[in-house]
Amino acid sequence: MSDSQVVSNQVVVHGAAEGAHHEHLPYQRHHFETYAQQSDATNFAMWLFLLTEIMFFGGLFTAYLIYRNWYYPAFVEASHQLQIFWGTANTAVLITSSFTMAMGVWSAEMKKKGALVLCLVITFILGIVFLGIKTIEYSEKIEKHHVPGFHYSMQSFLNPQSDPEVYKEYKDKPLPYDMARHTEIYFFLYFAMTGMHALHMIIGIAILGFMIFRARAGAYTTGHVTFVENFGLYWHFVDIIWIYLFPLLYLISRHQ
Amino acid sequence: MSAPHDKDFESIEQHEHEHHIVSPRIYLTIVCVLLIMTGLTVAASYVEMGIFNPIVALAIAAFKMILVVLFFMHVKYSTKLTKLTVGAGVFTFLILVGMTLSDYWTRAWGRW
Amino acid sequence: MSKEKGLLSWLLTGDHKRIAMLYLISITFFFFIGGALAGLIRLELLTPQSDLMATDTYNKVFSMHGIIMIFFFLVPSVPATIGNFVIPIMVGAKDLALPKVNLLSWYLYVAAGILGLYAMMTGGVDTGWTFTTPLSTHYLNTNVVTTGLAIFIAGFSSIFTGLNFIVTIHKMRCPGMTWFRLPLFVWSNYAASILMVLGTPVLAITLVLVVLERVAGIGVFDPAKGGDPLLFQHLFWFYSHPAVYIMILPGMGVISETVSTFSRKRVFGYTAVAFSSVAIAVFGFFVWAHHMFIMGISNYSMLVFSLLTMLVAVPSAIKIFNWAFTLYKGSITFETPMLYSFGFMGLFTIGGLTGVFLASSGTDIHLTETYFIVAHFHFVMVGGMLMAFLAGVHFWWPKMTGRMYPEKISQLAALITFIGFNFTFFPQFILGTLGMPRRYATYPPEFQVLNVFSTAGATILGVGYLLPILYLTWSLKYGEIAGDNPWQATGLEWQIQSPPLTENFPSIPIMDHEAYDYEWLEGQKEKVASVG
Repeated sequence: MSDSQVVSNQVVVHGAAEGAHHEHLPYQRHHFETYAQQSDATNFAMWLFLLTEIMFFGGLFTAYLIYRNWYYPAFVEASHQLQIFWGTANTAVLITSSFTMAMGVWSAEMKKKGALVLCLVITFILGIVFLGIKTIEYSEKIEKHHVPGFHYSMQSFLNPQSDPEVYKEYKDKPLPYDMARHTEIYFFLYFAMTGMHALHMIIGIAILGFMIFRARAGAYTTGHVTFVENFGLYWHFVDIIWIYLFPLLYLISRHQ
Repeated sequence: MSAPHDKDFESIEQHEHEHHIVSPRIYLTIVCVLLIMTGLTVAASYVEMGIFNPIVALAIAAFKMILVVLFFMHVKYSTKLTKLTVGAGVFTFLILVGMTLSDYWTRAWGRW
Repeated sequence: MSKEKGLLSWLLTGDHKRIAMLYLISITFFFFIGGALAGLIRLELLTPQSDLMATDTYNKVFSMHGIIMIFFFLVPSVPATIGNFVIPIMVGAKDLALPKVNLLSWYLYVAAGILGLYAMMTGGVDTGWTFTTPLSTHYLNTNVVTTGLAIFIAGFSSIFTGLNFIVTIHKMRCPGMTWFRLPLFVWSNYAASILMVLGTPVLAITLVLVVLERVAGIGVFDPAKGGDPLLFQHLFWFYSHPAVYIMILPGMGVISETVSTFSRKRVFGYTAVAFSSVAIAVFGFFVWAHHMFIMGISNYSMLVFSLLTMLVAVPSAIKIFNWAFTLYKGSITFETPMLYSFGFMGLFTIGGLTGVFLASSGTDIHLTETYFIVAHFHFVMVGGMLMAFLAGVHFWWPKMTGRMYPEKISQLAALITFIGFNFTFFPQFILGTLGMPRRYATYPPEFQVLNVFSTAGATILGVGYLLPILYLTWSLKYGEIAGDNPWQATGLEWQIQSPPLTENFPSIPIMDHEAYDYEWLEGQKEKVASVG
């Protein structure tokens, strides 16, 4: 007799236990035994995904740290081209959006649909504001020919006085030609890191849009908060990346 | 294998989300601290501290990160597994950065 | 498996078993393309001159061979085919934690493969699979960007598989299935999955940087423009060294299963083997710069990485010892999976030992970039991993298809493979020590005899790999019906039907015995006999 006989004998016995536990909530997937297992598993999966993101950005941070060490004067002067005002504003915007996102998760947990939608909408708007500020900053860089590989200009560093706005604030010394060349690496890292970050913001905002739509239909206020919760983790992570980008790119040295 | 009984699923239920809900007051406190620290880090960049400038900047950033991770991301109220996972990520990141940088820093030691 | 018919039911499946079969078909396809490229390499190397193809073409051939074999065959081989199929069953679950992510992983793999093939057919890439800069960023005009993107996408396929496994193993074990009751196959794949999740993203960002550098023309990795080529190598090898453990660990997991089953004895030192798997994964992250000993890293780094590399050999050795002790006083039989496992143990040991020679930075300076390296990694990857993969395919073939493969011809194929392998790659150790460099279409005439030997071996090896395709396909229709447990193996997958039900188990099992518990198995047979 084959072993499958043993297995089939269990079907009858299990039926009793099965009924006691498998009150399948509508949003529970069938390969999970309980809803708790499902939400535990998906939460853990999201954390693992964030680990991949840590390592992904890790490569960029490594490159940054090495070149900042090698070409410090170039990095200092190049960073003066970024305006503290916009950088700080963006940091405040993102931190606030993390707050509103956390409040959104709370609203979902408390089953308050209106509050949830409001929080998601504000988070969405703050995300757009962030991208708007980044657009302003990027256009400025494009205008001043500080985009690596595309008519990059070292004028502001060979001759700081040719850039009166920045010179007024920082009175930078002219860099020797070799060092001035390395400002291009700074801007490469600036665009790569903030660009990669902005890409993650765009994806986040798109998902937020989808979530607002679903939240209004009441999808997240019936006890199934996993999606909002896990998205919140992603959003906070993107905030953390910026928390590091801000001092590393903007605040290298602003003292005279 | 024996037939499953109610008590065998208990262990699954024990792991059920105690689902600690973090209060808005905590969130509010944290966001205020984060904004203050942001101002602090901007101010610190205007002060000449030599080698301590990057150290202070990274320390403040790390502190902000810890607040976001513990409270906004609920890690303070999460399982040991979650905490271990975060730790593993940070550890691997530090290995990447640390061991790579150690090569660069020790090149100056020259040939022994 | 699911009873649904039709192409769409396969292409939109969430069933881990079907996804495993989809992967099996796809990776076999890429294996043969990579193999054909290997054939071209060996053909060219029959003569010292570059007479079969131009040297530039030869560069493309070995680059594509490496890229396809590593990223499109070895990395997904055991995890995505065998792992996807058996891991949920081994932990006592109905499916992986994230079935849709699993399907996405396959689609990403296919998309990456198509892109890679397109890059190959429209000019190929000749940087070597290692994309060393600034050659790849500034000095070549081949399809670096397209190939880089293909590997990027394949990387995400790998990440999603690993992520899925980790979540499943942590969160979906059935009641009674403690960590130390899991089959060692699960432990090995768990360790490999950690590497996939933590290591692959670094490769991803490295490829992005290479692409950006080619597009923007600036010098992140180009010394002429202030960049550092070693930065590329640090970032690249940070993934690519753990990658070799991603490739070998699942194979080691297979060997644990086969050695136990075909000596009818529990694996000696279960805990040591389990912890060794994790140790290999953890230590594997600390040794990458041993690929850079001659590249200009600091003396301090050479010392540290050399020492750590010697350490990482220890857990692998522990596993070999434990498998050997499993065999001791076991009741050994020589079915095909066992033949491949014996091959693995011998060839991986040789390959691993030569790795220790290379870990010593002094010896490495002489042997690096020679055929010694080529022989070393082919011994561990082909003599080791590929044999383990074949062992696994044969071992679980009855479970996956419900059919037995023909034993006699498969044993013959295993033997042919073993003989062909040794003839192909052993001469390359000698060539390497004599000084023949790798990645060259031409070589000094005194090396020709050994090269001819090697090519002859490769022909035999090719036959050895072709045979399984033929008889395994044959067995799908004409093979003997397998039954639930043709090997009388322990493990949950052998207590259910072949092929399994869609949901694997009619009801979630309770695990009440240790792994590899052959007494329990005997007890089950007696129970069934007494009931019937």
